[in-house]
Amino acid sequence: MTLVVRGGRILDVETGALNEGDVVCGDGKILAVGPAAAAGASAGAEVLDATGMVVTPGLIDMHVHLRDPGLEYKEDIVSGTRAAAAGGFTSVCCMPNTQPVVDHAAMVGFIQDRAKRLGVVNVYPIGSVSKNLEGRELAEIGDMAAAGIVAVTDDGKPVWNSELMRTALLYSSMYGIPVIAHSEDPHLAEDGQMHFGTWAGVLGLRGIPGAAEASMIARDCMLAELTGGRLHVAHVSTELSLSVIRWARSRGVKVTCEVTPHHLVLTDEEVSRSAYDTNTKVNPPLRTAADVEACRAALRSGEIQAIASDHAPHSPDDKDVEYNLAANGVIGLETTVPVLLTELVGKGHAGLAAVVRAMTAGPAGLLGLKGKGRLAVGMDADITVLNLDKSWRIEPAAFQSRSRNTPFGGWEVRGAAAATIVAGRVVQRNGQLSD
Amino acid sequence: MALQAKDVLSLQEMGPEEMNLILDTADSLREVIYRPIKKVPTLRGKTIITFFHEPSTRTRTSFELAAKFMSADTVNISTTTSAIVKGESLKDTAYTLQAMGADCLIMRHGISGSCHYLSRLVDASVINAGDGMHEHPTQGLLDMYTIRRHKGSLEGLKVAIVGDVLHSRVARSDIWGMTKSGAEVVLAGPRTLLPDGFEQLGVRSYTAVEEALPGADVVYVLRVQRERQGKGLVPSMREYARQYCINGRRLALAKPGALLMHPGPMNRGIEIGSDVADGAQSLIVEQVTNGVAVRMAILYLLLGGAAA
Repeated sequence: MTLVVRGGRILDVETGALNEGDVVCGDGKILAVGPAAAAGASAGAEVLDATGMVVTPGLIDMHVHLRDPGLEYKEDIVSGTRAAAAGGFTSVCCMPNTQPVVDHAAMVGFIQDRAKRLGVVNVYPIGSVSKNLEGRELAEIGDMAAAGIVAVTDDGKPVWNSELMRTALLYSSMYGIPVIAHSEDPHLAEDGQMHFGTWAGVLGLRGIPGAAEASMIARDCMLAELTGGRLHVAHVSTELSLSVIRWARSRGVKVTCEVTPHHLVLTDEEVSRSAYDTNTKVNPPLRTAADVEACRAALRSGEIQAIASDHAPHSPDDKDVEYNLAANGVIGLETTVPVLLTELVGKGHAGLAAVVRAMTAGPAGLLGLKGKGRLAVGMDADITVLNLDKSWRIEPAAFQSRSRNTPFGGWEVRGAAAATIVAGRVVQRNGQLSD
Repeated sequence: MALQAKDVLSLQEMGPEEMNLILDTADSLREVIYRPIKKVPTLRGKTIITFFHEPSTRTRTSFELAAKFMSADTVNISTTTSAIVKGESLKDTAYTLQAMGADCLIMRHGISGSCHYLSRLVDASVINAGDGMHEHPTQGLLDMYTIRRHKGSLEGLKVAIVGDVLHSRVARSDIWGMTKSGAEVVLAGPRTLLPDGFEQLGVRSYTAVEEALPGADVVYVLRVQRERQGKGLVPSMREYARQYCINGRRLALAKPGALLMHPGPMNRGIEIGSDVADGAQSLIVEQVTNGVAVRMAILYLLLGGAAA
């Protein structure tokens, strides 16, 4: 089966160059890329006309909660991967805080098997650092690495025990996978509902200071230096955190980091503006305008390697409650592309290449995803086609995700994922999934 | 003129004209409290439910009397005797009360923002009777009303709010209401009990009472919320009292004849000395009376009673 993506502007995520050309796919791989590459394609090839569109490597969201197994009322592998396809993502990495927890190889196999049978996009499981996320003993990281996990994390909570974190960094380094840190000092963050600052004071909500995040990042960077292990900081949200990471990197620490779309776009004022809408409640919390600008600058400079949505589905029963009782988290798979194209690229806060790189070559590189993240001959035929001109309105009711917890509902946006191609197969086109 | 919204949720969201309307209306309704027969037919046929998730003497009673003086039917729900103890959510409770035809829900709740949430669930008017650490708008209005009765206006006055501002919903409502009415508000308390960044609201903060009080026309003492002190934000009540208790010696730092106020309930000997609480400058008891008048005004304006 051959597919030709014809006549699009192919984005070079390193240089930002947009060159008109074709991408020819066959047997799940990219056979040819470039001007008039279609000429060499077989006669019966399926053609996807990408004229006027931007063609990028398949987007990767390295931080997604698929909630499967155990919390299927929020999301499952079917709805979650359909949401990914709808949003332009060809690969997602799923977090281990399911029920049961992904803390041994059989669970890794379970998710891989379900994803293969039922999923619409590629799914890379991430294993837990500790057994049952209890923060006491290491999970069977070696076994899980052999089964194919791409990282370990206790995401959702920090590894509070410093000795366990040291051990995890050391142990996982044998398998060449990073430890992804959810960095949060539990005492500083206790009962916290939003960012610590004027708005928290005005709204009478307990605040979580940026220091709760940055201080744990500092500790983890020191442990990464001590062990030589690889640290990846999830959802960085403050200028102080970025400063700590910069300092660590200057000392040669192997540390990378990611930022979410909501931390690139929204501030803590949103909690007030929305009159306590629980879709503004997320961990780490929405920060200040200065923090947002620092995240944007670090994205532009490449100090942030990845954009990840931290897609965290919650049912209405988890969110339609008093603010303090609401679950943390927002979904992002179906809003990341339009929101970033509108708010960052469209308003000149970051270039298209920087944004796309952080969802392609960036995560593929730091997680070692073979065959992903670049459009080149021999790579997997995972491709995203972007329509930068489509103006539309985000309607949560139309989401493929089982959940609706987004702060971007009703936003007028410009830009969309016009097509999602996984292993040479078109799985989404103009918002329609191919079933 | 009428109130803009169906609810009274915060003074942050209320304009000075609306506040003045409420205070002017309170002026004309206040005399009802002193009548031998305290009953006007203004809200006859209206159903008002008070719904308190936290203990209260004065606010709940004040609302209930205000409603009864105007002939509304009132029902009181407290957490311990409601289906909340069976785990019923606020959402379901709200739908239930709405379905019984309540015209107005008056809620006190421990979680900030709960009244905003409730107001989105029901068509009935919602009055915030204190939500977590957020606001207590009717207290703010009765405080303003009390000052206005003695000073004519808040314009140009200096109001010193002393104590646990961090946890105080009263302080937040007072800050919004009084600054919007032209008063200068200063805060005094230990740094661990002062919120971060409030200078952006146009208020100055001091850690020494002695620096905040000079020139004050009003000294407003906040209750130390001992139930919230488990986190050790101050080392001991003894140390707090030594530094912050408003007694005769400290009150004398304010302008001669400065007004002394407190939202109640008081911790005598901790944040306020009995010498001044029961002294000539104290308006603490009058605040309670004025609370009934202000709440009558709010109910009247929200529920659009027939001619008064």
